[in-house]
Amino acid sequence: MPIILDHINYIYSEKTVYEKAALKDVSLVINDGEFIGIIGHTGSGKSTLVQHLNGLIKASSGHIYFNGEDIYDDDYDMKKLRSKVGLVFQYPEHQLFEATVYEDVSFGPKNLGLKGVDLELRVYNALKAVGIGEDLIDASPFELSGGQKRRVAIAGVLAMEPEYLILDEPCAGLDPKGREEILELISKLHREKKITIILISHSMEDVADYVERLLVMDDGMVLKDDTPQNVFADYKELEKIGLGAPEVTYAVQQLKEKGFNIDGTPININQAKEMILKGIFND
Amino acid sequence: MIRDITIGQYYPVNSVLHKLDPRIKIIATMMFVVELFVFDSFLGYVLMAAGLGAVILASHVPLRHILKGLRPVLFLLIFTILLNTIHATGDNVLVEWGFVRITVEGLINAAFLAIRLIMLIIGSSLLTFTTTPSELTDGIEKLGTPLKVFKVPVHEMAMMMSIALRFIPILVEETDKIMKAQQARGANFDTGSIVQKAKSLVPLLVPLFVSAFRRANDLAMAMEARCYRGGKGRTKMKPLRFGGKDYLTMVGLAMYLAMLIVVV
Repeated sequence: MPIILDHINYIYSEKTVYEKAALKDVSLVINDGEFIGIIGHTGSGKSTLVQHLNGLIKASSGHIYFNGEDIYDDDYDMKKLRSKVGLVFQYPEHQLFEATVYEDVSFGPKNLGLKGVDLELRVYNALKAVGIGEDLIDASPFELSGGQKRRVAIAGVLAMEPEYLILDEPCAGLDPKGREEILELISKLHREKKITIILISHSMEDVADYVERLLVMDDGMVLKDDTPQNVFADYKELEKIGLGAPEVTYAVQQLKEKGFNIDGTPININQAKEMILKGIFND
Repeated sequence: MIRDITIGQYYPVNSVLHKLDPRIKIIATMMFVVELFVFDSFLGYVLMAAGLGAVILASHVPLRHILKGLRPVLFLLIFTILLNTIHATGDNVLVEWGFVRITVEGLINAAFLAIRLIMLIIGSSLLTFTTTPSELTDGIEKLGTPLKVFKVPVHEMAMMMSIALRFIPILVEETDKIMKAQQARGANFDTGSIVQKAKSLVPLLVPLFVSAFRRANDLAMAMEARCYRGGKGRTKMKPLRFGGKDYLTMVGLAMYLAMLIVVV
């Protein structure tokens, strides 16, 4: 069932000198099985937007419908919503607190009331999904490496078995290998478990490689909502709001200017390869 | 939620009070607090309320904002008033029931106490509303300089205070973030018995402590990297200097005190 945002406005510190509109009249439909990317410069409202989706922030005005129910109804069960819409914050490893990896990952499902074998199964499955071996299950989460910590933190959200998974810059501060692992993990969750993914990223390459639908945010508004292909085709527009296109798009653009006959605007390496080869053999 | 605590948060508007030397403001606040306890008569309260009102007007901080700052201490206020009303001495007994004894004198006493407390809180929060934390610590450091003779580490204490103040908003933000992250994992901070509530704080406090230590470590490293060696020979980017309006305020304060002594 889709998540529907209906004219959402959100104002920080309303009626004080620090008042700031963080979201301005955002309307969106998020369908089951989508892989959505969100880009926008710092302070454009990306994080604020996704925190609305599981009810952590209540909109100043507007409505959000999940499974056709208004989540701002007084008797709406927020806990159930949060188990369906998992949210992985930026630097999620900063929320680890338990003595062992197992206990930390079980925090979410325990809050949902799971016990015994069900609980154990959830924890083991989640840890397996993120590639944390059984040898680390009883280790202290504070002793792990940065990448491992992050994967444990993601497992903590996955153990609630959400239908929607939102990740706020899951690759920030990781080395190239760590980034690759996390992105592959997310992509696998989308392919194999059919989880709807919403990925906030600062890397144009990452969203160009993985997502199917791309939202561009600027100043609290959704500026564009289209396929990455169409969004990046108009990269001059993106540059105006402090964003840009993947490096490969610029590289091909420069080749074109040098007189190479290339048709189209590639957004990843594979596309670029094909377009360049086609251009060469057509000549 | 936590962001909404206004007590003591700097309020950035342009006013005479904001431009005043922090040392004057600190001394004025201390004087006001002492005056509140020394001149406890009806006339004294009227004069002090008038003085406070004038300062509020000069500060350009909206009254609504100031009163909002009272909300967190409302419970304490009500508690003190209640305790003073039901536990009073005096002859004009209104109600007597078990250990509860309400007298006219008790009620008057409680009212005075409440007014004094409210003025105390408003008076001291005006200082922080109109003074940035860095000005405040600068002022305290300067005022404490004479204590160096007695080997009091004034600079170090001021530095500790400014670091502590500097980290309050950061830790508030961090708390907010961790709270949300745990709520996203189904944690519940608002309901349940006291024991459950205390237990539910563990997932919040452990990450908060870890991050506070991490930040402290980073800051110490950064200070070391910039050759911080304590206060000796350190100069200020904005040294404190008294100007015309500071001297004017000093005279005004002295006259206000003199008036209180004479009248009350």
